[in-house]
Amino acid sequence: MNESLNKTPLAAWHAAHGARMVDFAGWWMPVQYESITREHLATREAVGLFDISHMGRLRFAGPDAVRFLDRVLTRRVHTLRPGQIRYSLIANEAGGILDDVLVYALDPGDDAVDWRLVVNASNRQKLLDWFEQHRSGFDVEIHDDTLASAMIAVQGPNALAAAQRVLDEMQLADCRLQELTYYTGVLQADVVVSRTGYTGEDGCELALPAEQAVAVWERLVESGGRPAGLGARDTLRLEAAMPLYGHELDETIDPFQAGLGFAVQFKDHPEFIGRDALRQLADQPPARVRVGLRAEGRRAPRQHCAVLDKGERVGEVTSGTFSPTLQVPIAMAYVRPERSEVGARLTVDIRGNEVPVEVVPLPFYQRTDR
Amino acid sequence: MFSRRVESPVLKEGTKAVSLNPETLLYDESHEWVHLEEASGQKMATVGITDFAVEQLTDLTFMELPAVGTQVVAGEEFGEVESVKAVSPIYSPVTGEVVAVNETLPDRLEVLSNDPYGEGWLIKVRITDETSLSELMDYAAYRKQCEGEA
Repeated sequence: MNESLNKTPLAAWHAAHGARMVDFAGWWMPVQYESITREHLATREAVGLFDISHMGRLRFAGPDAVRFLDRVLTRRVHTLRPGQIRYSLIANEAGGILDDVLVYALDPGDDAVDWRLVVNASNRQKLLDWFEQHRSGFDVEIHDDTLASAMIAVQGPNALAAAQRVLDEMQLADCRLQELTYYTGVLQADVVVSRTGYTGEDGCELALPAEQAVAVWERLVESGGRPAGLGARDTLRLEAAMPLYGHELDETIDPFQAGLGFAVQFKDHPEFIGRDALRQLADQPPARVRVGLRAEGRRAPRQHCAVLDKGERVGEVTSGTFSPTLQVPIAMAYVRPERSEVGARLTVDIRGNEVPVEVVPLPFYQRTDR
Repeated sequence: MFSRRVESPVLKEGTKAVSLNPETLLYDESHEWVHLEEASGQKMATVGITDFAVEQLTDLTFMELPAVGTQVVAGEEFGEVESVKAVSPIYSPVTGEVVAVNETLPDRLEVLSNDPYGEGWLIKVRITDETSLSELMDYAAYRKQCEGEA
């Protein structure tokens, strides 16, 4: 089925284990196995396993790799120490967001640094084209490792213990996950282990050669991991108020509106694409800001629902769901700054019904052990 | 509470819904079921959504149903059911007037999962136009459609 879609090395496993498969950004992906809510809660309470092999994995080599990444990323890269990972944006000349990415400065064990990016599946080709357009003058090789590799997120309070067992037993990597600090990673043989994630829980992500994926996944399941689909990944990231490209981020939204000003670094970062436009935007009050909303009742505001203040349109919802952890409807929206203060009482037009909402602090959910 | 305009044995307060045999029901393409019966010369329909639809939806969080007295039209939306992931319209398989609504359902959506052909019924309709009834599927045809979608 769906011959034209890309398949991760785990796609057949998902389908054989009852997953409901959908087209996501051109990939045949599991949206859920039995229940989004149960997969969500398993991640909050124990360990959720996510096949994130659809995420683009790009590798940069050559003498100008760092200089090129400093040019295309809004965040300064040349100061990263080996092992460090950072969240960054890629902006166009106008300061609009082309993608949000993680940049990895991995230590392969010699003096060189192995530079990688993990990018959104929906933006992978766009970025490859963008990099191609902007690489002249840079001695850099850009490798797309996406199709030859797999990536698995292990997330939840018991994630590190489960992943450690599998790393040790399969001799995948000699590393102590508890000692790996958050937002750092190691590269051993062809395996990248990083303390990263997109759920608001502790955990790690493993990037590994495609042919190892099924065996590692099955060992993670045996170690207590519950396979979870993109549905739970979405509700988890939404509770943690993490932006999703195509919802909270796109080329018409700038980083300051999105609350991501921390990912734009002007100091000691003189020549990145979008710098001039972003410098101006940084000094202006934003036209709209990203906020959290909690709705009354049980009905969730969804993307594109209008946010109203006494009948006047003041914003638009970008993502919403019924929160499995909090058991209330939650949403993120862009609203005019003057109506964005925590406690503001607004309404959302949910298919013709005006539902009361309140602006609440982000994130909606934060784990207690951090 | 709403006053009921039509009285029939199946509509009496406190009557516990009996699970219907799915093989005896009629279906539309959008996964609603219909149970037809005659009451004092009127053709009455009980409408619900199928176990296949409930299983596809999963993680139900909200349901909206019409008020008694609402006119529904075959093939047109009369309510919606929402899950964690998505919102799905519910289409009427028949044309007529809503004479009863399962008021307990929106607060107890687990009933829909546990007993979609009994306590999980949605609305009862006094049919005013029978022409669309001939387009409904029987059980065998509906199962075949589900196999194609699964």
